[in-house]
Amino acid sequence: MDFISILSIFVLACFIGFYVVWSVTPALHTPLMAVTNAISSVIIVGALIASAAPGSATSKYLGLIAVVFASVNIFGGFAVTERMLAMYKKKERKG
Amino acid sequence: MNYEHATDAMPVGMAPAVAEHLSVPSWAGLAYLISGVLFILALRGLSSPTSSRRGNRFGMIGMLIAVVTTLILHGTGLIEIAIAIAIGGAIGFVTAKRIAMTDMPQLVAAFHSLVGMAAVLVAVAAYLNPAAFGILDPATGEILRVSRIEMGLGVAIGAITFSGSVIAFLKLNGNMGGKPIMLPGRHVINIGLLAAILGLVAYFLTDQSPTVFFVITALSFVIGFLLIIPIGGADMPVVVSMLNSYSGWAAAAMGFTLHNSAMIITGALVGSSGAILSYIMCKAMNRSFISVIAGGFGGDTASAGGGSAVDRPWKRGSAEDAAFLMKQAEQVIIVPGYGMAVAQAQHALREMGDLLKKEGVKVKYAIHPVAGRMPGHMNVLLAEANVPYDEVFELEDINGEFAQTDVAFVIGANDVTNPAAKTDKTSPIYGMPVLDVEKAKTVLFIKRSMGGVGYAGVDNDVFYMDNTMMLLADAKKMVDDIVKAIAH
Repeated sequence: MDFISILSIFVLACFIGFYVVWSVTPALHTPLMAVTNAISSVIIVGALIASAAPGSATSKYLGLIAVVFASVNIFGGFAVTERMLAMYKKKERKG
Repeated sequence: MNYEHATDAMPVGMAPAVAEHLSVPSWAGLAYLISGVLFILALRGLSSPTSSRRGNRFGMIGMLIAVVTTLILHGTGLIEIAIAIAIGGAIGFVTAKRIAMTDMPQLVAAFHSLVGMAAVLVAVAAYLNPAAFGILDPATGEILRVSRIEMGLGVAIGAITFSGSVIAFLKLNGNMGGKPIMLPGRHVINIGLLAAILGLVAYFLTDQSPTVFFVITALSFVIGFLLIIPIGGADMPVVVSMLNSYSGWAAAAMGFTLHNSAMIITGALVGSSGAILSYIMCKAMNRSFISVIAGGFGGDTASAGGGSAVDRPWKRGSAEDAAFLMKQAEQVIIVPGYGMAVAQAQHALREMGDLLKKEGVKVKYAIHPVAGRMPGHMNVLLAEANVPYDEVFELEDINGEFAQTDVAFVIGANDVTNPAAKTDKTSPIYGMPVLDVEKAKTVLFIKRSMGGVGYAGVDNDVFYMDNTMMLLADAKKMVDDIVKAIAH
């Protein structure tokens, strides 16, 4: 991929982000922050590449530490979002 | 190809094979794209509580696809990686299960700092081992110029996210006072630092020496720290959203370096999400983003001004009075604020609401966008206490109803109810949208004491109105007493 294709993906994704986030109900803004936190840990892709690559031991260990950090976020972020979302309930219909 | 020329700058041996950089097999490109789309769906799900859990699952699947794809592409050292994931995953999972809902703002800030640090580590790793990341220019043996810009920005944003989030965490967690800490000449220092970082990123184009790279990193850590230090506790919703945004841009910058669509899409999503939340928070306070970032506003507790607060007549009520008034009411609107979170009064409050409903009273909750320490903070706490979300309303949806409401019950909120924001042009909160509690027939206002004023340091006329009854006590204790009084 050349730089322009990547930039295109980025710019279009910003627009998608804009519209998608405005449609999020304010009541769910805290879960929104938790889940964006979890997904921004997709940076783990870079950490995995560094951990797996031959060539530099330092780079490998930095990568592994980054994998630990990103994993805390991925597991923690999704789990806490799940926990919060499970709490949002509608009114019980009672007679 | 002149590799000798490169080796003095680059601490690593590099293979000529790096020329095949950027060539990810198309199945993998497709997989990353799918995971990016799943992340979009994860956010899309949050448009309603009913679809939100499915959205969260999409997010998990997207992450799984991204990780598995990467492992298949670069599948060595799997055992170490598995151990790293297990350690991190266990810490994250246990934390997420144990954390109290009132501590969510701290947790989110802590998570942001980890994303920031991970971005810094990945950028440093990429700098030390550019061949592995496919960012070597085969012609010169140096790092590709465009990648240097991306890496420079990535490491800078990551570092700012990290140190900024650490400070935000310390402030939210109470390890550090919520009061703004003002350094003399801080604007000059910050702008100077920012200019230095940008200048160095530009210089990094011509000189890829480690000094330049690590000075960029170090300065960015410093500026993240300095940026958040002067921002007061009450402005934290903006800060937390802003750092959320930065963590996204950091991921996007690294996505550019790695030419990875999943990272770029996610980074853009998270970046715009945080930016929009900051915008919403600023608007809800009628403050410009710049003035929040400039800091100095919003100490945690009654700090500035407010000397005149005790001179005017006001009425004090008891739990029994409050219980009596609310039982007679047709409709009660509850207005929670940060004080409710501090006192952990949400469960008692729900119990009170249930009892009132049994008495035939309509109970609703009114949430101001900046109530609490992060966007949506109050909604989560009420949800935790089992308050159905269709009884909880946003400011613009409920504000018209106060005039037809018998009792407005304010618990732990202050500035967001202050009518001075509508009438007094000299007030520091003038222009901020507020909840019109004073229009209700009776206002019950829980407050610890008459001495303190809200974070903005302004007195609230609601305290002294004829139709206001002040309930002076700890919020939770007062609500517990009211519950007892309603139940007899």
